[in-house]
Amino acid sequence: MKRGIAFWNIVLKDMRAYYLKPPNISWGLIFPVAWTGMFFIKSGSGFESILTLLPGVIALSILFGTTSMLAVTVTFEKKNRSFERLLLAPIPLELLMLAKTSGAVLFGVANAFVPVIIALFLTDLSRVAWVAVFPAVVMIAVASTFLGLFVAVSVSEVFEAQTFSNFFRFPMIFLCGLFFPIDSLPAFLRPLSYLLPLTYGADILHGAIHGKNMMPLGLDFAIITGFCLVLFSTSLRNIHRRWII
Amino acid sequence: MRIQESAISPPRDRLPFIEVTELTKRFDGITAVDRISFAVLQGELFGFLGPNGAGKTTTINILTGLARPDSGTMKISGLECTRKPKASQHLMGIVPDESNLYPELSGFANLCFCASLYGMPKTERRARARELLETFGLKEASDRKFSAYSKGMKRRLTIAAGIIHRPQILFLDEPTTGIDVASARQIRQLIVELHRAGTTIFFTTHYIEEAERLCERIAFIVKGRIVRIDTVTDLLQPAQGKKALLISVSNSAADLCGKLGTAFPHFEFQAVSSAQVRVESAEAINISPLVRFIENQGAEVTEAVRLRPSLEDVFVHITGIEMDAMRKEKEKAGGNQ
Repeated sequence: MKRGIAFWNIVLKDMRAYYLKPPNISWGLIFPVAWTGMFFIKSGSGFESILTLLPGVIALSILFGTTSMLAVTVTFEKKNRSFERLLLAPIPLELLMLAKTSGAVLFGVANAFVPVIIALFLTDLSRVAWVAVFPAVVMIAVASTFLGLFVAVSVSEVFEAQTFSNFFRFPMIFLCGLFFPIDSLPAFLRPLSYLLPLTYGADILHGAIHGKNMMPLGLDFAIITGFCLVLFSTSLRNIHRRWII
Repeated sequence: MRIQESAISPPRDRLPFIEVTELTKRFDGITAVDRISFAVLQGELFGFLGPNGAGKTTTINILTGLARPDSGTMKISGLECTRKPKASQHLMGIVPDESNLYPELSGFANLCFCASLYGMPKTERRARARELLETFGLKEASDRKFSAYSKGMKRRLTIAAGIIHRPQILFLDEPTTGIDVASARQIRQLIVELHRAGTTIFFTTHYIEEAERLCERIAFIVKGRIVRIDTVTDLLQPAQGKKALLISVSNSAADLCGKLGTAFPHFEFQAVSSAQVRVESAEAINISPLVRFIENQGAEVTEAVRLRPSLEDVFVHITGIEMDAMRKEKEKAGGNQ
């Protein structure tokens, strides 16, 4: 019960203090929408291309929505020492970090449905396998959040967090099969695609939305879950090693 | 430097709340805390006194779980927490040396959030936050963002956040450093009241007068090692019998000291500044012969003040750290005690 109160209040505080603030909304929503608009205009194929663009836009919205603030806020709280308050609270570190990341996951999931709602008015989504889309959205949000956490606990300065997260985020736009199939990438870049968690999340979304996935969805889910576990446990280890010295 | 064994044993019948044995912490080859052992008693106001970099904050960080010791053991309220610091964190309130609340939250929201971290239900934490804002004189500023608070207000709210969950032990890391005189006084009063209410307080400072005024027992820590632990009364005991006088002169104090030493061999003379001579003796000091002698040397006595034995003298005597060094630290910290 006591831990539940602490968990919920950390989530609530982060949502209020960070995720529902205008800069985050602009970075998390406008940026992916702008990218989508660019691809939409570039493809020149009209509204029928929306279904093929939608998985990429959803994935991008989640990626930027989750990582835009998490990496910065954790670093910022560490820098101004308010993060110490959390470390000194009688809450296990695992629970604390889950609370710290839950706000970002929720925000990422909410972000994912912005393009879906827009698409509802522009195209027919009746054949979309929502039963796969929902868990995929959650898994992409969790993986992206944990990637943000990994970045946050690997750096000391806020500007480093921004730089380091962009180092992951921008290549993902091109390498993870969001808008171009991975097969169309140069052969030397393809192995990189398979090292990025978003590749598997995007593949589930492609399969669920327009039926063109590369791998079995079960395998995609298993791999993205593996990424989540590795990123979270690595981040916890980094916190133990770097912050509780 | 060796710690006085007798000093570690608790002076009263109270049970030890913190027991630390041979605690050591190294950073990049530097020993920040070197085999320290001490006990803090239940309900005691225990002072940890030393210059900057002596190991005070590192000790607090180890005790509270923000740092891991390289060796040694510690128990808090009977709980072995050397390897499991989380086991005792619910008993602790921590006020770090820098205010670390959330700048974007109001004073009230900060207190409520801190209470929630200890699992306090909503109604209880809101009532407690209001009570503390009132007690700490921050009621008017409760809806103001923490970032808009003055330094003294920030410090007071940080202390309030430290006790929001009614901890059994409160760690105060240099609570009055860098704030104005009025706020420092207010904070000292609050510490006294918390102590009277039965809270065990572990208090670090480099202000000697503050430690003397507030603490029951004091540990002197220098370069990571505890050199003495004792009650304030016992620490002052050797100095109690001594008589001391500070004479301000118009000429070079250093020159006069040598001549005074020859003329009055049963007194000790020390030039504490270019124009001040300190006289010490186990016997009563008759000022007239001294003044006459100084005037015969062609100098003028502008002032003579009888000195009360202070903890500062004891600290200097035990640690060998000059008072000037501590004073410079005060100035550096911006303190205005």
